Formats: sequence, structure tokens, C-alpha cells
Amino acid sequence: MTPDQWSELVKRTLYQVAPDLEGQPIQPMVRFNEQFEFDSMDFLSFIAGLHRATGLELPEKDYPRLTTLESAVAYLTEKRPA
Amino acid sequence: MTDFRMPSLGADMEEGTLVEWLKQPGDQLHRGDIIAVVETQKGAIEIEVFHDGVLEKTHANPGTRLPVGTLLATIRGEGEAPGPPLPSAAPAELPRAPSPPPPRAIAPQPSARRKITPAALRRAIGDGLDIATLTPGPDGIIGLRELAQAPAPPKRRTGGINLDEMRKAIAAAMARSKREIPHYYVSSTIDMTPMVDWLSAENARRPAPDRILSAVPVIKACALALRKVPGLNGHFIDGRYVADDSVKMGVGIALHGGGLIAPALDGSDTMSLGDIMQRLSDLVARVRGGRLRSSELTDATVTLSNLGDESADTVLPVIYPPQVAIIGVGQIVERPWVVNGALTARKLATFTVAGDHRANDGRIAARFLKVLGQVLQTPEAL
Repeated sequence: MTPDQWSELVKRTLYQVAPDLEGQPIQPMVRFNEQFEFDSMDFLSFIAGLHRATGLELPEKDYPRLTTLESAVAYLTEKRPA
Repeated sequence: MTDFRMPSLGADMEEGTLVEWLKQPGDQLHRGDIIAVVETQKGAIEIEVFHDGVLEKTHANPGTRLPVGTLLATIRGEGEAPGPPLPSAAPAELPRAPSPPPPRAIAPQPSARRKITPAALRRAIGDGLDIATLTPGPDGIIGLRELAQAPAPPKRRTGGINLDEMRKAIAAAMARSKREIPHYYVSSTIDMTPMVDWLSAENARRPAPDRILSAVPVIKACALALRKVPGLNGHFIDGRYVADDSVKMGVGIALHGGGLIAPALDGSDTMSLGDIMQRLSDLVARVRGGRLRSSELTDATVTLSNLGDESADTVLPVIYPPQVAIIGVGQIVERPWVVNGALTARKLATFTVAGDHRANDGRIAARFLKVLGQVLQTPEAL
């Protein structure tokens, strides 16, 4: 998938975790925890959603790369290039 | 016959709005069945019954705001003879007019002396409006048009909880706690390294949806320590402490946008970590978007207030009456620590117990913290 397609998928997964975010602007470089008041349960739901959508393992050691839209897109593009 | 009344779902609840009956007169009821939904300051709550029997009669209509203790229904016990046939909640009367305009559909059980369409009733309850304050249209019926003319409903968030109302509920419970409960505080820093390391190894083996949050072993360890050190788990009722045999841990769950609810996680001391994790996810989802059950709001025997990652080191929490203790835990952070005389980096967390001096002493809280520290050194046993 292309970075744009990954970006769409990450946003869709975020909206599943927090439907109230739908339509709100997402700042690509600000961590989800900071911009959306995500707690550890929200973040884990986001990871589980990404796992279901992609089949990727997404181990805990990679979590730091999945905390912003921009870094998540870079990570996913790297794992599954276009 | 048993009276079924508007329940008090916590120290902070004074009234609730009946949203709907889920059982009808003549229906068989079993203990634990959900009989009705009531809108409270903590959102819509499913109300459970505590007796087996048959629903004889309902006395209240959906859409009405009722004080705690108001008679809602009569339940006939097993083997009791049915009473004389009584009409249940007054059926809706269609507006009478010499040449009737096309009548709008009316909700089957409108608020007393108020006729309202089903769509308007749903929206009014969702918006937290009291139907008694609405002005009917020319045909005597409250519809969506009449609702639109009502004063703006109070601030809302997704999930249907009114944050202003929730703040009032928290204020009422915490003011009562601070007024009545002589709090004391005892605190210890506990080495969380064994638990954190064990949990990352465990999670590395689990697929993402089955992974466990560090809050879960903390809940279980606290529950086990509470069992070993009795005195902090139970309720203060009629001037004395009544211990509870099992630990039903109230878990503080924050709402996005403010406020929090601490529903009871029963079986905290007996369930596996995987099962506690599932119960916790379910509770979080229902606190934020769905419906809690009445027992989840009233059954907690103690509360855990977990600040979570990237928050602060210490919390000095306030007891939720009629409980007699609350445990606070801050973030887990890596700090310098001395082990066997050598300085080393360890992952630490500060636990604080707030206790009710009418029921227990700091000595018990200190013992609890010591046992908790020991339990957390062998996480594989949790």
C-alpha cells in the first residue's frame, strides 16, 4: 500500500477506537496520547485494530513507532511497501 | 408482593429518569434479570432485579424523572396468588377532537399527563430533558418540533453522558466522603521490574488483541493482598465496618473529556489475568459508550485509582463511600534504586492507601502495602 493508503487505514482504525474523533483534524506528528487523551486501553485497542486490518504482528517493542500518524505510516510502509 | 423502587446507584444518586421497561406485566423475572433502563448522572444504567417472581404491575412511565425510593413496580413472588387485575402504567390516550387531525403516533407509555411521540421521547431522554418542562404543540402532543423549541440541552459528549451532571455526581460523593470519612494516608514505593519484565515476555507470546495491560496484574495483586490482609475490603454501614469475603475491585475509568466512573470488577481475586483483561476492556467500553449494570455501580468493595502511563508519580485518592479504603497508584517509571547495597535502575511505582479511620488504621494499610510488594515480586504466580 502507498503511504496515503496507510494513512487512511490508520485514521479509520483511530475512528474505530474513538468514534468521537471522526471529522476532527489529526496532527501527524503529535502523539495520539497527547492529542486525543488516549490511555493505555485506547492505544491497545488501536494496535489490535491495526493487527486485525493488516495481519501484522506489531510487537510491543515497536509500539514507540506507532504513537503518531506520521511514524505509524512510515512503519507500516516499511513493513509492507507499495 | 415485593416493591421494586428506584435504586440508589451510589452515594451520589438522588434521582433517575426511567427510560424504558424491558419486562412487561406478566413476565417471569429471575434474580439478575434486567427489568428497566434508568438514565442517571453516570449515563444509562441497566437495572437488575434481586428476586425471582412475576412482574405484577408497573407504577411509573418512561420519560419521568423520579427520586430514589420511588415505587416503580410490584413483583409477585413465587407461589403468591396474583392480585386483582390492575391496569398497568396508564395506556396512552389519543387526543380527542371533534374532527381529529391525523394523529401522530404516541409513545406507548408517555409521562403522566404528557403526550409525546416515540421519537421525541427518545431524544428528550438522550438530551437529559425533563418532559414535564416541555410545552406541547397545538394538538396537545410533544413532537420533535416542540423539542426543538425547548431550551438548549446541557453540554453532552459521545456515549450519552452529560459531563455537567457527572461533575455534580462526583462532587456530591466526594463532598460526602470528605465530610464524613476521617481519611489517613499510607504510601510505599514498590519495585515493579519483575512484573513489567514478566508481562513483556508474556505479551510477546500473545497476538495483539490478547495482550494484557500492566493495570491487570496490578488489579490482581491488590486483590490478593486485600484477601491476605483483611480490614480494607468491605463497607461502612450503620456505623460499623462489614467485611466482604470476595474482592470486587472498583476500577477508576476516565471518560474522554472529563469525569470518571469506578465500576466493580467482580472476581478480581479469583479470575485469570486474561479474564480480568477481558472484563476490564468490556467495562471501559461500556463506561464510555454503552450501559453499565446497576450491580456494577453498587457492588465495589474497594477502589483502585490507577493514574496510568505518562501521568504522575503519586495520587492521594478520596474514598468512595460506603467503602473504607481506596488504593492509588502512579505511573511506572525507571528510577535509581538500591538493591543489595548497590545502586541500580529499576522500574518503580508509588502505591498509596487512603483508609477510613472509623473502620481501620494505618498499621493495616502498611501491612497491605508490604504484602502487595511481595506479591508483585512473583508475577508468574498471579
